[in-house]
Amino acid sequence: MDHIPILKLGHFLLVTIQVDMHDRLALVLQEELTARIVSDRARGVLIDISSLDIVDSFIGRMLSNIAGMARVLDAETVVVGMQPSVAITLVELGLSLPGVRTALNVDRGMDLLKASLDVEGEAASGQDG
Amino acid sequence: MDKTVELPLRAQEDVVSVRQTVRSHAVAIGLSLVDQTKLVTAASELARNTVIHGGGGTAKLEVIQEANRRGIRLTFEDHGPGIRDVEQALKDGYSTGNGLGLGLGGARRLTNEFAIESKPGAGTRVVITQWTKKS
Repeated sequence: MDHIPILKLGHFLLVTIQVDMHDRLALVLQEELTARIVSDRARGVLIDISSLDIVDSFIGRMLSNIAGMARVLDAETVVVGMQPSVAITLVELGLSLPGVRTALNVDRGMDLLKASLDVEGEAASGQDG
Repeated sequence: MDKTVELPLRAQEDVVSVRQTVRSHAVAIGLSLVDQTKLVTAASELARNTVIHGGGGTAKLEVIQEANRRGIRLTFEDHGPGIRDVEQALKDGYSTGNGLGLGLGGARRLTNEFAIESKPGAGTRVVITQWTKKS
């Protein structure tokens, strides 16, 4: 498998990482996702990592990079489904995923993305009026 | 399950096989889920160092037994350029590659025992051990 599927769901892109990624695959995902944000005019990215049984510094950096690149491209990123043992390990490793929004599961992540779109929408209509 | 396994570390894909082999042995000796995750994460950091900074090498996995506990000892060895200042390399944020510089220091924090030997020009050996709780 040489790439990870990216699904479009309304204004959002959904990625479910279900394989143990080697580093190059992680970089491919990072590139494909940023390209898709632009081509699909996505406003949000949801990354489901519930199948990942570790997040090391490389994957952690990939998640931070995606969130940063998405933000520059006017899209929000939410990482969902982190296993508790992964969270404990990540913090002891020294990574706290700065700039990455997280939610417990896909449903809550979707709510977060929708809420951030609504807030933007209200602010924009407020300025118009 | 084999008591000693030696795995090559030549390419990025080998890092994935090291993670998977370490995980299956960690499950087999009864490490807790958190200790498994810590050990596999530390192994991933060190295996990547061996491939990227050491120019390739090997990972050796040993299942060790004491009176009232079992453990997994991992030895990562390369014959690469070595590390000039080991103390410096153990500090968070120190990196000569394009990583975050959390690999060595992180691996030390995640495991019960950690030892490193490195000689400039001769290579690097890192040994980590994770033990089950005493019964």
